[in-house]
Amino acid sequence: MQSNAALEYDYTVAKMFTYVTILFGFLGMLIGTTMALQLAFPELSNLIGEYGTFSRLRPVHTNTVIFGFTVSGVFATWYYFSQRVLKVSMAESKFLMTIGKIHFWLYFVGALIATVTLVLGISQGKEYAQYNWWVDIVIVIVWILWGVSMFGLIGIRREKVLYVSIWYYMACFLGIAMLYLFNNASIPTYFLSDGLGSINNSVSMYAGTNDALVQWWYGHNAVAFGFTVPIVGMIYYFLPKESGQAVYSYKLSLLSFWGLMFVYLWAGSHHLLWSTVPDWMQTMGSTFSIVLILPSWGSAINMLLTMKGEWNQLADNPLIKFMVIASTFYMLSTIEGPIQAIKSVNAIAHFTDWIPGHVHDGVLGWVAFMIMASLFHMAPRMWKKEIYSKKLMGIQFWMQTTGVVLYFTSMWVAGITQGMMWRAVDEYGNLVYSFIDTVTVLHPYYTIRGISGVLYLSGFILFAYNMYKTITAGKELTEEPQFRTPMA
Amino acid sequence: MFFHWLEKNPFFFAVMTFAVIAFAGLIEIVPNFTEAARPLTTTTPRTVLELAGKNVYIKDNCIACHSQLIRPFKSETDRYGNYSLSGEYAFDRPFLWGSKRTGPDLHRVGNYRTTDWHENHMKNPPDIVPGSIMPSYKHQFTNVADIETAYAEAVTVKNVFNVPYGDDIKAGRKAWEAYRPKVLEDAKKVAADMKDEGVKKMIANGKVPEIVALIAYLNSLK
Repeated sequence: MQSNAALEYDYTVAKMFTYVTILFGFLGMLIGTTMALQLAFPELSNLIGEYGTFSRLRPVHTNTVIFGFTVSGVFATWYYFSQRVLKVSMAESKFLMTIGKIHFWLYFVGALIATVTLVLGISQGKEYAQYNWWVDIVIVIVWILWGVSMFGLIGIRREKVLYVSIWYYMACFLGIAMLYLFNNASIPTYFLSDGLGSINNSVSMYAGTNDALVQWWYGHNAVAFGFTVPIVGMIYYFLPKESGQAVYSYKLSLLSFWGLMFVYLWAGSHHLLWSTVPDWMQTMGSTFSIVLILPSWGSAINMLLTMKGEWNQLADNPLIKFMVIASTFYMLSTIEGPIQAIKSVNAIAHFTDWIPGHVHDGVLGWVAFMIMASLFHMAPRMWKKEIYSKKLMGIQFWMQTTGVVLYFTSMWVAGITQGMMWRAVDEYGNLVYSFIDTVTVLHPYYTIRGISGVLYLSGFILFAYNMYKTITAGKELTEEPQFRTPMA
Repeated sequence: MFFHWLEKNPFFFAVMTFAVIAFAGLIEIVPNFTEAARPLTTTTPRTVLELAGKNVYIKDNCIACHSQLIRPFKSETDRYGNYSLSGEYAFDRPFLWGSKRTGPDLHRVGNYRTTDWHENHMKNPPDIVPGSIMPSYKHQFTNVADIETAYAEAVTVKNVFNVPYGDDIKAGRKAWEAYRPKVLEDAKKVAADMKDEGVKKMIANGKVPEIVALIAYLNSLK
């Protein structure tokens, strides 16, 4: 086995994905913040006609942050750490290098075209699966290219034992592949009507209640395998690397991984509580959601205990701060989800702003924090430059943390207020509030959420600026830092 | 140990992972599939105009703020009408239950709102519901609804899923040309209750504005 020093890793593809992670992160958060402000100040919804309404922008926001920001972050980190833990350089295989580059370009161009289709209103109408059938085909090809790239590199590895992070990225690949194919199965109407109408239109393979089940089996688990699984893989690599600490427990990693794999998929039906899917499925969804606390907290606790005896690093390394708070938000989010999946709580929480509140403490506090921290860790090693500013990183941390806290607290209050008002009855059993009462009451919370968005987005701009300055004007490093990321 | 062996054999690791994650879907989705596909005896497939309206509903993504699922609580049945039944959705591809009520549920909106109400409301919602934060959808009054695609959709679901449409809905341009006047006839009926001059003009020219298709769809939600 060769030592690290003898191998020159090739980060060409990782760098390209790093750029687009930042680009899509900015775009997705900019649109998200705009939408948050639109709910507080509705006139903002009518500025650019049909293309700027809250409703039209929503899939653009969700898909840009999911398939743009998060997925390219997953790809960027994959092309970085996989070489290192498998002890093989991409430069060693021309084939894999070419596949990696095609993977990037098809992904990037595809993502831009896909975004345009959503702005134009070309949509399948399923949440988080709006891309129409031919965009889906491009996405499938991109995914297959990633698979070739992944298993190709694994195939020529020197380190025989697969590190934990590799397990999670493999699971991400397999899980998303299965879910995406089944949920997006549809029939283009153009071909079955002898060439009538639009080429873009298709009908889902499933109808009504079945479509709902397949959709939320997908929707919930696309979150699982896109927002949880690879991000857990990320923290398993980057936290030990940044802190210089070994992972606390192998057994806990093992239990958490296989537990998460088995339990997660059952929980999808908690999105359909009190709906027309059979009661036993709803109860299954609730029950498994509670069980899900075990593997989720297993990973999070494993990460926090990795810092055992080294908590001083939390005070003086902002990157450790990002990763530790990400872990903490992951714990918050994975206890909040199961609470919302209890049927009686869900009766109040479902359809309210508590749900986007839950989503965002997960994605802003956990996913985005981990991705940004990982890219910060990677930058000095890929470009051989010191991080431009530790101070900016600190400011970014507090702006964004404040942003996340304001977001979920305001939405908790908004959601529960709304849920309680919808069901409030007077002494004769009549509804107390008309629907519009339950909308106008939310204005202050929507305003706070708008402010939280501005804070988080500004923090992201600081992140982008810091990365840009690192690449262009950071102090040259003569040798690769072993653990702690050097910053000025 | 089995897991140590797996960690050195990526192929079997992947197979094992896949088996573990695929399990739940099989148990939860497959057993009830046929049962859940059955319509109520009273449920009929949507007309071509209504399908075109459904596609406008999807295009402007009304689902971002409106649900179509009335849960079995008194507070919901008092507000929106009877709770939703599985069979009512049997022809909905995709299902449009939604997951967020920034605005009210629409599953039975056809029971308590009129064409006239929708026409005024879609132009500028706060005029009709003071305090509303819904955007204006004026562009639906000038955009042309794609009724040909809606027809293609009816043909597809009839041929592939045996949705009970009449014999006059079949593939090919000729059949569509023959069917087209029926859609325009339906559109005229909706537009008769509307005041917008532009809409009337477009209908007279043989074009269906998006708003007419959308209102036909909303009126069919009962």
